[in-house]
Amino acid sequence: MRATDPELLQTSSVISSARVRPERDLVSTAAPSPRTSPGAAADPFPPARLPEAYRTMLLARATDERCLSLQRQGRIGFYVPLSGQEAAQVGSAAALEPVDWVFPAYRELAVALVRGVPLVAILDQLFANSRDRTKGRQMPNHFGFRDQNFVVASSPIGTQITQAVGAAMAAQRRKDPIVTLAYFGDGATSSNDFHAGMNFAGVYRTPTIFFCQNNGWAISLPRDRQTMSPTLAEKASAYGFRGVVVDGNDLDAVYGAVREARARAIAGDGPTFIEAQVYRFGAHSTSDDPKRYRPEALVEAAKRRDPVRLLRDRLVAAGLLDDARDAQWWEASRAEVAKAVESAEGVAPVDPMSFLDDVFATPTYRLQAERDALEQLVRDGVVKP
Amino acid sequence: MTERTLVQAVNRGLFEAMQADPDVVLLGEDIGVNGGVFRATEGLAQQFGTDRVVDTPLSETGIVGTAIGMALYGLKPVAEIQFLDFIYPAFDQIVSELAKFRYRSGGQYPCHVVIRTPYGGGIKGGLYHSQSSEAYFAHTPGLKVIVPSTPADAKGLLLTAIQDEDPVLFLEPKRIYRSVTGEVPDGDHRVPFGVARLVREGTDASVFAYGAMIPPTVDAAETLAGEGISVEVIDLRSLVPLDEAAVVASVEKTGRAVVVHEAPRTCGFGAEISALLAERAFYSLKAPIARVTGFDTPFPYALENVYLPDAARIAHAIRSTVRSG
Repeated sequence: MRATDPELLQTSSVISSARVRPERDLVSTAAPSPRTSPGAAADPFPPARLPEAYRTMLLARATDERCLSLQRQGRIGFYVPLSGQEAAQVGSAAALEPVDWVFPAYRELAVALVRGVPLVAILDQLFANSRDRTKGRQMPNHFGFRDQNFVVASSPIGTQITQAVGAAMAAQRRKDPIVTLAYFGDGATSSNDFHAGMNFAGVYRTPTIFFCQNNGWAISLPRDRQTMSPTLAEKASAYGFRGVVVDGNDLDAVYGAVREARARAIAGDGPTFIEAQVYRFGAHSTSDDPKRYRPEALVEAAKRRDPVRLLRDRLVAAGLLDDARDAQWWEASRAEVAKAVESAEGVAPVDPMSFLDDVFATPTYRLQAERDALEQLVRDGVVKP
Repeated sequence: MTERTLVQAVNRGLFEAMQADPDVVLLGEDIGVNGGVFRATEGLAQQFGTDRVVDTPLSETGIVGTAIGMALYGLKPVAEIQFLDFIYPAFDQIVSELAKFRYRSGGQYPCHVVIRTPYGGGIKGGLYHSQSSEAYFAHTPGLKVIVPSTPADAKGLLLTAIQDEDPVLFLEPKRIYRSVTGEVPDGDHRVPFGVARLVREGTDASVFAYGAMIPPTVDAAETLAGEGISVEVIDLRSLVPLDEAAVVASVEKTGRAVVVHEAPRTCGFGAEISALLAERAFYSLKAPIARVTGFDTPFPYALENVYLPDAARIAHAIRSTVRSG
């Protein structure tokens, strides 16, 4: 009943400029047949920006490759790969304006790149060096960049969702024509804050975009064990606003959906939930071994629609790219990553006393006393930073 | 100066803060047209509009999560949690997010939210309208925890909280919302954090208490004065940051310490005060430190008068301490 009941599906439209994806059943056995929304092609990804989008995706993919190896070599402590989600991230981020606020989870490296964060600033965070904007406080990938309105990520799942709604409420109060966009995964749709955030956003009609990258897996749990809903997007209808499913490997579909959601939000028409269906090619993180729960054949099948290759083929077909130039761009991306790694690795580590800063604007008496005591232990040679 | 009850002083503080600064917004359950279940926000929605006194859906994580987003954006949200007992759905937002935003962002994102919430027993509220769980929050780095016990402090500490740069959990002793009345300074009256209040000077024993435990502690001190025991009463009022100097100095003077709180004993805030004194005033102590606290049980409805420390129990503990050394 649940996969085919037309009433259940009525409220969420499916946007895709591509064909029905044959591997979607791998993501969810309950997935509905996509319907193409008439408005889907109205606002395609700007053609002039396609090469730049492709190069950003290459840079993200090259960063993944390199960082997985850095982690295995023990040079960084941890890494969260994003391979498979490049089009969803680049397409959505490119549809935003610099004044908009992004509330990321911890897998949004390509979003940060699109927002204008220099790759080396991300590497600084991965190495937790003294140039890290977050001062070595968090595990790799939990970065944040105020200058790019890219709010610092945390590990708890879904907590950024209500925060994005609150920031949108504040923008409403200030009459600022901006939107907030919360990134989260399929697993987060089970969290407390997903419900609370969606509910508040509906009640106050906030200018918020809920951008769910449904990559099929919440660590080991497949999407169809997360919820009985045929789609995630249809959950929006229960909160009184629009939910759409997009093919997350389709740059045009993602971009168009976010542009439309943004326009509606700015016009006062409230929030939109966008479910971008993608596939997590890699492990959840470097601490995860997907062979324990996921047959490799599923990944191989999903990779037939690798978003990086899809865009490559499109650029080739448009005469904007050939094999030689593609190889050149790959080479340039890997060189850029190598340069950023070299730079970040060469920077001194964080100051050993700096972990005592930023608990409060001004340290309490107790924190000052703890700092004094630690400094004494260092002087006495008991603690060796 | 105007004579006000404690809850009226909270209301007045909110009114003045909102009047002074358009970025101050209130959000919580039933705080708008209803004025809050304890009437702490009475009249504010009518005065400032429902877009600044925001009635929210029934979700504490929603209230605190959206308040965090507002604060990141630059507003000064003051969230009300209807009872401290109902704060736990927001625990993740408070402990994992609010308290850590400044820190985890390397100082890029200060997150100044004030959370006001009535706490404590003595109103026949049973397990879920009586708890005093300040210790969970005092244990969380990055949060300030404030507990006024007088109308003047309720306003003065609240105005300080709203102008602070860091998150503040503001615990209001609902049992004495209306039973305590006092002169409240008009205008921008601010009481600094981290400064304890000397309620009553004494020489034989120091008693440390806060919130709704101040009135029975003062009663106990008065009873003992009649017995020739001179009791110093200190209202901590700011648990984080704590006025450690005042705590230590008082015990250096009296040589005896009693800590009073209504929260359960194990890992209660009294344990922190006791440890502090053991570390820093050990050689001044003439007798073991005593704690007068709630019990390590859930909060009992029918027997709350047995559970809660009262003047007799506090006096008994002070008396025993003075007699023991």
